Amino acid sequence: MNHIHTIVTNIKSGETSARQQVEAALEKAKANEAYHALLSLTEARALQRADDIDLRIKQGEEIGELAGVPFVVKDNFMAFGAPTTAASKMLEHFDAPLQATAIEKLEAAGAICIGKANLDAFAHGGSTENSAFGPTKNAIDMTKVAGGSSGGSAVVTALDIVPFALGTDTGGSIRQPASFNGVVGIKPTYGTVSRYGVVAMASSTDTIGCFAKNVADAELVVKVMSGRDVRDMTTLPDFFAPEAEARPAQKIGLIKEFMTDDVDPDVRERVDEYTEKLRSAGHVVEEVSLPMVKYTLAMYYIIVPAEISSNLARYDGIRYGHRTENAKTLAELYGRSRNEGFVTENKRRIMIGSYVLSSGFFDAYYQQAQKARTLLINEYNALFETYDALIGPTSPTPAFDFGENTSDPIKMYLADIMTVASSLAGLPSINVPAGVSATRLPIGVQLIGQRKSDASLLALARSMEEK
Amino acid sequence: MTQISRDDVRHLAQLSSLQLSDQEADDLQKDIESILSYVQQLGELDTTGVEPTYQVTNLENVWRDDAVIDDQISRKQLLALSIECASNQVKVPKIL
Repeated sequence: MNHIHTIVTNIKSGETSARQQVEAALEKAKANEAYHALLSLTEARALQRADDIDLRIKQGEEIGELAGVPFVVKDNFMAFGAPTTAASKMLEHFDAPLQATAIEKLEAAGAICIGKANLDAFAHGGSTENSAFGPTKNAIDMTKVAGGSSGGSAVVTALDIVPFALGTDTGGSIRQPASFNGVVGIKPTYGTVSRYGVVAMASSTDTIGCFAKNVADAELVVKVMSGRDVRDMTTLPDFFAPEAEARPAQKIGLIKEFMTDDVDPDVRERVDEYTEKLRSAGHVVEEVSLPMVKYTLAMYYIIVPAEISSNLARYDGIRYGHRTENAKTLAELYGRSRNEGFVTENKRRIMIGSYVLSSGFFDAYYQQAQKARTLLINEYNALFETYDALIGPTSPTPAFDFGENTSDPIKMYLADIMTVASSLAGLPSINVPAGVSATRLPIGVQLIGQRKSDASLLALARSMEEK
Repeated sequence: MTQISRDDVRHLAQLSSLQLSDQEADDLQKDIESILSYVQQLGELDTTGVEPTYQVTNLENVWRDDAVIDDQISRKQLLALSIECASNQVKVPKIL
């Protein structure tokens, strides 16, 4: 697939049109229904927007950097043209009255949303098997999971249905499916992109990012989406400005806790090869230690369920969302609507959250986890005094089988072990494709930078693509 | 090992406004017990004198202008999202 800027140039020159691009994307989406990567198409609205953009180009109007480029959003972004379901029964028929800021910004730059991608319900999961509407299949091997929670977005990108797709990443939900499907996935610094209009999961780690076929395209999309938004008070003042060249002779730390014998040997081998490429390019790579990594999953599965239990309290079956039938009392209406609207993993996390926030347990669990989080951040800060970036695998294994981890929640959570740490610290992290396993499954390398170092981290990743 | 009784599960379900089936309560009892046992390892850490991290932006007191932002969303649109409404109100079952 062409770089986004080539598509835009060709649309502007008249060699192709926004309509042709959108029609081709829709056609390809329909031809690949077997993957179950998309929950809906926003066809009518997309074609109308395409015609509008083509007309404006003909009239000589200056359209933005993404003029006529089709894209897909994870179905937890509020968007016009199709329901916003969060892959749940709770929101199955929810027609958003507004669009997410991220989508508004992309549309203002000329991009066209063509459909909404499958996810684990409410983004709770790491395989897209928790979708209330059935799992998404891996783009490379249909017998394997897509990864998650942004599995559908990763698959539509890998299948070249669209040049980019949006996802959300709370603990690895962009990076891990990007790794499983062999595409670039960016989770920017916490606060880079406004989350207004996106279904909230865990507010202290929720971030918005994207999938693309190459780093330059992903950079462009993040640049368009980023910036301060008065509707999301956690957004950082504009800081993201892509850098043309990677700085030479960087110091990079290979996280040794991510390279133990528990990690798939093919994964370690691909990371070692990438490390060698970095060295050949003149960078210094040294092994570093992040001892707190051992505790990050425990922290994550206290802090995140706590925030989930409070964010998902809003789904009460009253103002919007699923409402049960024939409830006699208000308590019964709440209890049954929520029980019917959520999948088991949602309930598990809500109840864990209720537990760790209960009086008597708050200090031992929630407070202790937030203190441990400080210790983790301190370790990262110490490393970033010496190192420009850190590196490791994105996931301990390539894509796994359907049902392999569904019976044991801890086993499923362990698949997130390499991604949750940077989420807890709010750090930018990128998955870049780094080859395949013996069974031809994609393997990804993760690059992690200090807060707000997104641009230099991406420049480094981009410089390595050509090697 | 954290022990979670059937009563604990019922209590948590009630706190969470979830009316679970018996089968689901059984399954969740086992899952919640194993998750809580796993996260308990944080107890090993000495966190004396460590400040908790509740957010990572370091932003403080972010202000905006005290002005109305017109989202162009009508009352009708919002009411239409509820399953039942009448006379500009959302209908709910009897409370008392």
